[in-house]
Amino acid sequence: MVDLKVKLHDIEFKNPVTLASGTCGFARETAEFFEPGLLGGYFLKGTTLKNRDGNNYPRMAETPSGMLNAVGLQNKGIDYFIENIYPEIVDYDTQLIINVNGSTVEDYIALTEKVNELDKINAIELNISCPNVKEGGMAFGVSCPGAEMVTREVRRVYDKTMIVKLSPNVTNITEIAKAVEGQGADAVSLVNTFLGMAIDAEKREPLLSTITGGLSGPAIKPIALRMVWQVANAVKIPVVGIGGIMTAADAIEFMLAGASVVQVGTAIFKDPMIPVKIVEGIEDYLKRHNMQSASELIGALQV
Amino acid sequence: MPKKFVKEFNVIENSALNATNFLIKVQSDTEFPVIKPGQFVNIEVKEAQEIFLRRPFSIFEVDYENNVISMIVKILGRGSRKLTEVKVGSKLSMVYPLGKTFTYPSSDDKILLIGGGSGVAPMLFLAKESGLPVENVDILLGARSKEDHINVDSYKKYANLHYASEDGSLGEKGFVTQHSVFTNNLNSYTKIYACGPDGMMRAIAKEAKAANVFCEVSLENLMACGFGVCLCCIEPTTKGNLCVCTDGPVFNINDLKW
Ligand SMILES: Cc1cc2nc3c(=O)[nH]c(=O)nc-3n(C[C@H](O)[C@H](O)[C@H](O)COP(=O)(O)OP(=O)(O)OC[C@H]3O[C@@H](n4cnc5c(N)ncnc54)[C@H](O)[C@@H]3O)c2cc1C
Ligand SMILES: Cc1cc2nc3c(=O)[nH]c(=O)nc-3n(C[C@H](O)[C@H](O)[C@H](O)COP(=O)(O)O)c2cc1C
Ligand code: FES
Repeated sequence: MVDLKVKLHDIEFKNPVTLASGTCGFARETAEFFEPGLLGGYFLKGTTLKNRDGNNYPRMAETPSGMLNAVGLQNKGIDYFIENIYPEIVDYDTQLIINVNGSTVEDYIALTEKVNELDKINAIELNISCPNVKEGGMAFGVSCPGAEMVTREVRRVYDKTMIVKLSPNVTNITEIAKAVEGQGADAVSLVNTFLGMAIDAEKREPLLSTITGGLSGPAIKPIALRMVWQVANAVKIPVVGIGGIMTAADAIEFMLAGASVVQVGTAIFKDPMIPVKIVEGIEDYLKRHNMQSASELIGALQV
Repeated sequence: MPKKFVKEFNVIENSALNATNFLIKVQSDTEFPVIKPGQFVNIEVKEAQEIFLRRPFSIFEVDYENNVISMIVKILGRGSRKLTEVKVGSKLSMVYPLGKTFTYPSSDDKILLIGGGSGVAPMLFLAKESGLPVENVDILLGARSKEDHINVDSYKKYANLHYASEDGSLGEKGFVTQHSVFTNNLNSYTKIYACGPDGMMRAIAKEAKAANVFCEVSLENLMACGFGVCLCCIEPTTKGNLCVCTDGPVFNINDLKW
């Protein structure tokens, strides 16, 4: 019997496989395919203080080995979540983590205070890296002072596990990681999407209503893996690895590079059962390599 | 118990209905859940490096006895072209059943079903499912020319068939909204259903609204996931931005912001 459990700060995941924010809705949608308790956790759809309609259609463009999105954090706001969604998912036997978004520091604080009251939510993921919103979002995540300020202020009001989600759209991601570590982040997750663009040459028009959008999927995997490796070596807090994970081998690579937990995102659009296959694949890998526990994989890269 | 599935199916038929439309039949080794018109499958395009996402197609016919479903695939771009090249005996992976169905007509309804382009399949499926006598079901199909129409004569037992073609080579000349069944007395119908290109849907909705007739349209917005998690396929409605894949693809025109 291999032990798939991993720890991130002081919370436990039954296995290292979780789903990325914005790609698994509020976990109910994937529950139509498989039992939510099969996965380590769910990073729920980016939530804001008030309702957001998101950006105009078209919001998606397929790219080689990936896609661009420009959803723009469409959600009904935290109060709607607490009243209508939370009761429906609260009994799922898995970690449920809220992805918190704001345009101002005050937004982040007000939102986090509400989330702090929810018993079953053991962690938040502070999204300071959304490339698809005009104010806030990535603006905080691309400078050390911005990232530090949000992290510091949210830390004051949130006493459970705080994970800060980093943007890859920076010159040196380790500096941002160290900056948020210094302000009390319990973990960092990376990467969010890469700012990209797609054009319809025939029509001479952009394919997205917002012109630019966030690139995700296997196309970004090597860059994401490099960033996870660099950050894991630069900080003492645990790292959540994200970016183009399609297979158990991909997930294991991120763990070897230093991730304690991984998030599967865009892959689920291609095959909703992929996360479950990844859990099985990790178990199989551990057996083949005579390892007792998934936690042995974390940072085990031999260089 | 899962309600949606991902599965590999055996391709048992792939035949050209005309130059650009193909009938693809797949068989499962397990039973299908109940599938209604308007619902769709999301098909993986295999052996195509540059195609990352699945492609959505309406379910056309369901044969519960033999565990067979079929789709009509019209060649639009790279993915649909690749799908029309699948070999009988090969496998296709599908996510199914996705989306919601139409409001079924009641026994005293007289209905008009309008299909154009890739939107023919759900209209024929609905005609079959309506349970109404033939005289209460009119189907109006639009295409550019006779060559672009597919032969749907086998549906004569469910509905009266009418055709519009832009060049006049089959049925009346012009768009479906210029056809006599549409222009003469739209109010003789109690329900109108439509599926096809965006421009056609909007034109139909406009007239149906003016005539104050119940009308549902099935939309074909670009999709990434097909099951309600990515929020890419949204359509602005009076209830906010809704997902075409899970809240639709069928919408009442009064809910759309057209
Ligand atoms: C719910 C639903 C049901 C559908 N049912 C059917 C069906 O029964 N039969 C059928 O033939 N097709 C159907 N379609 C449309 C079908 O999904 C698209 O034709 C197909 O995805 C195009 O893929 P492609 O790779 O061939 O085109 P691409 O190479 O991806 O695109 C070619 C061009 O077409 C445009 N395009 C691609 N998809 C769409 C779309 N959905 N709407 C408008 N423009 C688009 C692209 O922007 C591009 O300009 C349905 C779509 C939806 C959402
Ligand atoms: C459609 C879509 C919506 C997303 N929405 C969010 C979001 O609300 N909050 C967030 O932090 N990240 C969001 N992301 C980013 C993902 O969580 C993830 O960081 C990114 O897609 C990279 O992982 P992947 O390549 O496995 O998809 C979104 C990504 C996609 C594709
Ligand atoms: S296609 Fe993803 S939500 Fe509809």
